[in-house]
Amino acid sequence: MRACSVGRPGISYRAGSKMPWISAFASGSVISEESKYAMYADGELSDTGSLPAELGREVSMSGKKKRGKVVSYNKWGYIFLIPFVLVYVIFQLIPLVTTIYNSFFENYRQGLMQVGPNFVGFDNYKAILTNGDMWVYAQNTFIMWILGFIPQIIVSLLLGAWFSDTRLRLKGTRFFKTVIYLPNLIMASAFSMLFFTLFSDGGPINSILMQIGILDSPYSFLSHAGSARGLVAFMNFIMWFGNTTILLMAGMMGIDTALFEAAEVDGATSTQVFFRITLPLLKPILIYVMITSLIGGLQMFDVPQILTNGTGDPMRSSMTLIMYLNKHLFSKNYGLAGALSVFLFIITAILSMLVYRFSNRKEA
Amino acid sequence: MANNNGQQLKKGMNIHVRRTLAYIVLAIISFLCLCWFYILVINATRSHADLQRGFTPIPSSFLAKNMNGVLHGTLPVFYGLMNSLIVSSLSAVLCTYFSAMTAYAIHAYHFKMKRFMFTFILMIMMIPTQVTALGFVQLIDKMHLRDSLIPLIVPAIAAPITFFYMKQYMESALPLAIVESARIDGAGEFKTFNTIVIPMMKPAIAVQAIFTFVSSWNNYFTPALILNSDKRKTLPILIAQLRSADFLKFDMGQVYVMVAFSILPVVVIYLLLSKFIVQGVAMGSVKG
Repeated sequence: MRACSVGRPGISYRAGSKMPWISAFASGSVISEESKYAMYADGELSDTGSLPAELGREVSMSGKKKRGKVVSYNKWGYIFLIPFVLVYVIFQLIPLVTTIYNSFFENYRQGLMQVGPNFVGFDNYKAILTNGDMWVYAQNTFIMWILGFIPQIIVSLLLGAWFSDTRLRLKGTRFFKTVIYLPNLIMASAFSMLFFTLFSDGGPINSILMQIGILDSPYSFLSHAGSARGLVAFMNFIMWFGNTTILLMAGMMGIDTALFEAAEVDGATSTQVFFRITLPLLKPILIYVMITSLIGGLQMFDVPQILTNGTGDPMRSSMTLIMYLNKHLFSKNYGLAGALSVFLFIITAILSMLVYRFSNRKEA
Repeated sequence: MANNNGQQLKKGMNIHVRRTLAYIVLAIISFLCLCWFYILVINATRSHADLQRGFTPIPSSFLAKNMNGVLHGTLPVFYGLMNSLIVSSLSAVLCTYFSAMTAYAIHAYHFKMKRFMFTFILMIMMIPTQVTALGFVQLIDKMHLRDSLIPLIVPAIAAPITFFYMKQYMESALPLAIVESARIDGAGEFKTFNTIVIPMMKPAIAVQAIFTFVSSWNNYFTPALILNSDKRKTLPILIAQLRSADFLKFDMGQVYVMVAFSILPVVVIYLLLSKFIVQGVAMGSVKG
C-alpha cells in the first residue's frame, strides 16, 4: 500500500475510510485531492469532520473535573497563534495596507528630484489605465501563459490518464513521475539563464541545428517576438506540467472505478472512456488547475526577466506585468507601482474567489 | 465464441499499441525534461575555447578548472552559496516549526476566534508576495533592514500554505487523545507541542521543509529588491548579474558551472527525497 505515502498510515486510512477507491487504487502514491477540497468548507471540518477531535474533547471533558481547567487550556490556542499573527501583520498586512495607501499619492523620482508624496486621489489609477503600457503587458503575460498552458494541460491529461489507467499497467511510473516533476523545483532564473546561453547565437542549439543542416546561419531566438515568447512559454510548460499531471492524476484516481468497469463491459474504447467519463468528471479539478495556473501566470517574472535581461525585448513583447511592477519599484516610482499592485491584487482576489466557489460547490 | 475471441485479441493488440505509444511519448517527454541538465553538466566540463567550437555530447576535463575560476572570479559566488544556504535553511526551519504551531493552535484548541482565523488564513493564501512588495520594501527601509538577510528569513514564519498542509496532516495523524494523555501526565502545553506533536508531525515537516527550502533557494524577486552589497547577495541575484554583464567577456565554461551551482543542489536533494516530494505535491497543491 503505497498510499500511506507520508509514512503514516493515518492519512491513507482517513482518505480510505472516506473514499474507498483510494485504497483500491493504491498504486498511485498521491493523496486524494478530495481531502484538500474538503478542507475548504469554511472551516466546518475542524469541528465536525474529524473523529479524533471529537474523541479528544470527550476525553477532556471526562478527564478534567474542573471546568476552569479546560478554559485555561484553550487560551493556549491564542498563545500558539501569536507568532503567525505577529509576523503576518508586520510583514504582510502592513505592507499590503501601505501599498494601497501609496497608490493614492504622487511619489516618484525625476532625475535627482524627489516629487511628492502628494495626495492625488485616483490619478495614479487613471494614469496607469490610460497610459496603455499595462494593457500591452497584460496581453503579453496572457499570451505567454496560454502558450504554455495549452500544451501543459494536454500533456498532463494524457499522462494522467495513462498513469491512472489500470488496464495499461505501465511500468516505471514512479521513475517517470520523478522525472516530470524535477523541472518544477529548479531555480527559474538559473533555468532561464541556461536557456539564454543554449539558445544564444553561438550556443549549442544553433550549433546543433546547423550541424544537422536545418539552419544555414544562426537564428537569433531572442530578437524575434514569436521565438522569445515561445521560449518563455516553453520553459513554463517544462517547469509546470509535472505538477499539473500529479494534480490531475489525483483527480482521476478519485473517479469511481465502477464507472470504468461499466464502460468496459459496454465495450467502450479507451478514447470514449476518456472523453465521456474521465473528462466530464474531472471538470472541477480542471477548472481549479486552470485558475491556479492563471494566478501563477500573472506572477510570471523570473523567466522572462532573466531571459531578456529585464528589458522584455524584442519591442517589449515579452514584458510581463510583474516585470513592469519591478521596474517601477526599482525606479522608486511608488505611486504607479502602488496602483499597479492594487490592480494585480484585485485580479488575484477575483480568481481566488472563483477557486473557492468551485471547490465549495464540489463539496456540496 | 470465435467472435468473442477475436474481440479479445483485438483489444489485446490495442492495449499493446497503446502501451508502446505511451512509452514512446513518455520517453520523449523525459528526454525534454532531462536533456537540459545533461547539456548543462557536459558544458560545465568544457573549456571556453572548446565551447566556442560547437556542441559535442562528450564531457571534457575542464570541470575543476572552471569551478576554480568561478570561485575565484569577479562574482562573489562563495558568498552567494553561503547566503542562499543560510536563508533557505533558516526559512525552512522557522516556516515548518511555526506553521506546525499555528496549525496545532487551530487543531487542538477551541476558542472563539478559531473559525475566523482558519477562514482568514485560507483567504490570504492566494495573495502573491509581489503585490505587497512595495509596502514591504518601504517597511524594510524604515526598519533599517535593507541589505540584511533577516527580511528574507523571518516572514517565513507566516506561511499560509504550509499551515494548511500541516493542519490537514494533523486532521488525519494527530489524535487529540495523545495530547490529552500528555496533559494527564502533567506536561505543559508548550512542552507537549515540542516533545509530542513535533515528532509526530515529522513526515509532514520533512515534506514542507523541502518545499520551503527549494522555493526560498529559488526566490529571485524579493531578494533582488532588498539585497545590494556583494557580501549579501544570494545565488539568483548573481545569476541575474551574470546575465546583465557584458556576456562576451565571460568564460562560457564558468557560466555553465555557475548555473550548475544554482541548480544541482536542489536536483540532488530532490533525487534523494523524491519519494516524499512527489507524494507531497497533491496535498500541498495550492502552490504556484
